[in-house]
Amino acid sequence: METLYSHPESLRRKLTHYCAGCGHGIAHRLVSEVVDELKIRDKVIAIAPVGCAVIAYDYWDFDCSEAAHGRAMAVATAIKRVHPDAVIFTYQGDGDLAAIGTNETIHAANRGENITAIFINNAIYGMTGGQMAPTTLPHQKTATTVHGRDVAVHGHPLHISEMLALLPSVYSVERVSLHNPAEIMKAKKAVRQAFVNQLEGKGFSLVEIVSPCPTYIGKSPQETLRWISDVMVKEFPLGKIK
Amino acid sequence: MMKTLPRVLMSGNDAIALGALEAGCRFYAGYPITPQNELIAYMSEHMEEKGGVFVQAESELAAINMVYGAAAAGVRAMTSSSSPGISLMQEGISYIAGAQLPCVIVNIMRGGPGLGNIAPAQSDYFQATRGGGHGDYHCIVLAPATAQEAYDLMNQAFDLSDRYRTPSIILGDGFLGQMMEPVVVGSRVSRVAGKKQIAKPWALTGCAGRNPNVVHSFRMQEGDLEKLNLLLQKNYACIAAREQRAETFFVDDARVIVVAYGTMGRIAQGVVKQLRQRGVKVGLVRPITLWPFPKKIIEGCCARRSVSFVVTEMSYGQMVEDVRLCVNGRHAVTFIGRAAGGVPEEAALIRMIRKALR
Repeated sequence: METLYSHPESLRRKLTHYCAGCGHGIAHRLVSEVVDELKIRDKVIAIAPVGCAVIAYDYWDFDCSEAAHGRAMAVATAIKRVHPDAVIFTYQGDGDLAAIGTNETIHAANRGENITAIFINNAIYGMTGGQMAPTTLPHQKTATTVHGRDVAVHGHPLHISEMLALLPSVYSVERVSLHNPAEIMKAKKAVRQAFVNQLEGKGFSLVEIVSPCPTYIGKSPQETLRWISDVMVKEFPLGKIK
Repeated sequence: MMKTLPRVLMSGNDAIALGALEAGCRFYAGYPITPQNELIAYMSEHMEEKGGVFVQAESELAAINMVYGAAAAGVRAMTSSSSPGISLMQEGISYIAGAQLPCVIVNIMRGGPGLGNIAPAQSDYFQATRGGGHGDYHCIVLAPATAQEAYDLMNQAFDLSDRYRTPSIILGDGFLGQMMEPVVVGSRVSRVAGKKQIAKPWALTGCAGRNPNVVHSFRMQEGDLEKLNLLLQKNYACIAAREQRAETFFVDDARVIVVAYGTMGRIAQGVVKQLRQRGVKVGLVRPITLWPFPKKIIEGCCARRSVSFVVTEMSYGQMVEDVRLCVNGRHAVTFIGRAAGGVPEEAALIRMIRKALR
């Protein structure tokens, strides 16, 4: 009998602390499935962020390190250089990767570190309670932009993926989304390719995953998925950037 | 037959770098800052010969987090900087302490606060010995007085750090870093260095053949963080009991004991020597570990009936607080210090000692 669907070996069987409708559970699973399929569980080292996914190491069943807020790429740089045969990936949110850690992100990318970055963009700060993120959309109401993001005051949503794609040392950048099953399958393909790139020594690969945060977007899980499809991906178009 | 060991003329910065490489340091990340630039340059030139990794980081913040990563990956890792850069590293040092990772951080101190200047100073004693970043933690702090001692201490800095899984700091000043002096290299200490390293079963290497390892300082479940802290405190108590180090000079019959570390310890030793030649009963305690502070030695001196202490620093009075805590009101403690480019003069120190003798 052929097994069509089972629990990934790299994902522990436990309840997560994530809210209803949150995208982290799906993103964790996609990474786990890819790690299993590529048979790299025994040589993967993950760098968990500060933010909602800080205890990703409680869910993944392989070696993990925590990093200070924004510093995952610096930590990943060192681990990869020390263990070039290990497979290193960072898993970071928009605040982590594109606000407090922008410097570490840009320079790791510019050095062409042979690592994989999984970048979760949900347009909001989740862990701290729904404040403006670098990727918050214009007019989007948050705990720190109660009248909506005013681009004249707060600037425009930061397109870090497009910025990184400009760097000659960056090998691959792709934006995907989790708002429906077809997009989730595309997201998995992109995640898989980003790991394959590393295994082939191609250099820095980043997958931006547009992900739902119903709790702080302030909509039901279903409405949040619709909002991503109708609004968010207009600001952050999906597809291969580089 | 004793073989004569080579003596090489080098700066303290170079001596530290060479000592680190001989101690088995195989990862260095740093960001340029005066007066420690020779150190990062030395590492960039020689780390690869040893099969190690050198990274010029984009900031001190990145450098210390690279050290965190390399330490988590199980190699002997270090960074170096000077005062303002070390301030920037404090977040990372706190995380390293919390994650129980070993590493070595070199601070070649300069004048502060703020951008200050690039002149030698000892103004970062509080920062180094009290933790520096957030949370209840300590780093092991070693204070060499000469290029030779700096070279020799690197081995111990890595050993102590590995043994207690806590960061070690080498606290020097711009004089130590910049001054060139002969260093005997390849001594017995440095020949065995790095040969017998402590196993690191907790390191991140990929989980082949074992359960996954996690390196972290975050503890969300109620009571877990307190447990981690109690474990750290037990470790600190153990370090404090076992690892106090100081050099003493003419203390046995001394009526006045000068306490000074690093470059000031060296200046004070010259003063004590001069005064001894004139029959003045003065001695010196030169702390080598600033944390743990060599309390036992100072307390040993306090046991006598009549003694007083003169503390001198290239700061406005930081280590003097630790001396006062040890003396605990039993004897007089006076202080003379200058900083921000100023150095207490020999003549002024002699006047303080004579006053203390009265």
